Amino acid sequence: MKYLGDIGSYFLMLKKVFSSPTKRSVMKELIFKEIDDLIINSLWIVSFISFFVGGVIAIQTALNLENPLIPKTLIGFATRQSIILEFAPTFMSIIMAGKVGSFITSSIGSMRVTEQIDALEVMGINSLNYLVFPKIIAMLFYPFVIAIAMFLGIFGGFLAGVYGGFASATDFTAGLQDTFYPFHLVYAFIKTFLFAFILATVPSWQGYYMKGGALEVGKASTNSFVWTSVLIILTNYIVTQLLLS
Amino acid sequence: MIKVDNIKKHFGKEEILKGISTTFERGKTNLVIGRSGSGKTVMLKCMVGLFEPNSGEIYFEDKEMSLMNNEEHRILREETGMLFQGGALFDSMNIEDNVMFPLRMFSDKKRPEMLERVNEVLKRVDLENVNKKFPSEISGGMNKRVSIARAIVNNPKYLFCDEPNSGLDPRTATLIDQLIQDITKENNITTVVVTHDMNSVMEIGEKIVFLKNGSLVWQGNNQEIFKTDNTDVTDFVYSSDLFKKIRDIQLNEQ
Ligand SMILES: Nc1ncnc2c1ncn2[C@@H]1O[C@H](COP(=O)(O)OP(=O)(O)OP(=O)(O)O)[C@@H](O)[C@H]1O
Ligand SMILES: [Mg+2]
Repeated sequence: MKYLGDIGSYFLMLKKVFSSPTKRSVMKELIFKEIDDLIINSLWIVSFISFFVGGVIAIQTALNLENPLIPKTLIGFATRQSIILEFAPTFMSIIMAGKVGSFITSSIGSMRVTEQIDALEVMGINSLNYLVFPKIIAMLFYPFVIAIAMFLGIFGGFLAGVYGGFASATDFTAGLQDTFYPFHLVYAFIKTFLFAFILATVPSWQGYYMKGGALEVGKASTNSFVWTSVLIILTNYIVTQLLLS
Repeated sequence: MIKVDNIKKHFGKEEILKGISTTFERGKTNLVIGRSGSGKTVMLKCMVGLFEPNSGEIYFEDKEMSLMNNEEHRILREETGMLFQGGALFDSMNIEDNVMFPLRMFSDKKRPEMLERVNEVLKRVDLENVNKKFPSEISGGMNKRVSIARAIVNNPKYLFCDEPNSGLDPRTATLIDQLIQDITKENNITTVVVTHDMNSVMEIGEKIVFLKNGSLVWQGNNQEIFKTDNTDVTDFVYSSDLFKKIRDIQLNEQ
């Protein structure tokens, strides 16, 4: 029963987010700030993780191909597939649930406990639109982050594969170009958009409706990570089932 | 003028406001006093619309708040200034932007013009050269004063202050009391101040409402409060040694 109420409050929140908009000049500034906080500030960690994980994926694949009958091009192919289909969109988003998600929950949550949200409401501002809408807009740029993760992941895989002596540059590149379905990219970016929406709204919802003090802000951030990653994993399953099978 | 008519508010089973009726007149500093937990903040939050009373009516001039249409609500919000008990400054903004915020929301003025007004009110709360600091970089008392500046910057018609001078040194506290009273007179606005502070009661208590456990048990002005024999009020007033001594001296003189 409690979960049903929670889900109801999430959808009610979404409805309020898109009603009575904040003054445009103010909203524009808020959006730029969120792009900076949520997108620009994530680029470094995303690049770092994808580059090295890409490398590890290539090495692991190579090490598992002991049979000499399997062509070496498979290393490039497998690296590309796992990075584009799962690692970049899904697992990067789980990492972002930890980074961006807990940032959103704790910043909105601390505004709640210090009555900053009440201060907005007293001034007649729709606090949900003011706080959550710019985050949703900023997260429209999230697919760029994931595109960077894809590129760097594959690049990391290439370097690790070639300079680690597991495949020649020609083999690896041939593998990368092997049977490429553009629809896989469409699928990956459809997922990414859905995850972006989840990443912007679920942590906001956890922060906005929290009660209590500073200690509860910490708890809300943890809860927010759990909710966000569970929803990302479930969405991933459903989208994959619908689009790829 | 604000009229509160038999408002009740409960959280769960607990009744916090048990039917309060009173009026707060325009051009007067109205104080709400009472011990900690008596429901002062809850009453204030009902009046600014943050809590919806479970029953009862709140009138602004002759309009009942829950019957106002969207446009009337918007205007009421624009005309309301509120100082929260904890300050509630936006900690992502510097002092200047905090104070400017209501102006940005409600006017189309250019930044230099707004800045002029911001500096004017910051000066009135005796704060200069803090414009670019953030709320976390200034003292608690300064935070409070910035919050007051933000509450008055847009020339509100209704000003609500929840403990404006708690945490301030006695001199600054007096300055803030004086400021609140001056603004009330200058702009002929309706001001409601929640306080514990007996100095404020003496200095600016033109109308005083005393709450106890969510009920209004006494109302009057700062002359009458020293003469009443309502024991709840006298307990509150003379709980400080200083006031006890003053009373003893007065009794001796008589
Ligand atoms: N949001 C809330 N939910 C549940 N109970 C609340 C809420 N806000 C206040 N209360 C309860 O209402 C009672 C009155 O609280 P209120 O904050 O109005 O006291 P106060 O008179 O302002 O006290 P103080 O002088 O200490 O600020 C308290 O018992 C408090 O626990
Ligand atoms: Mg209070």
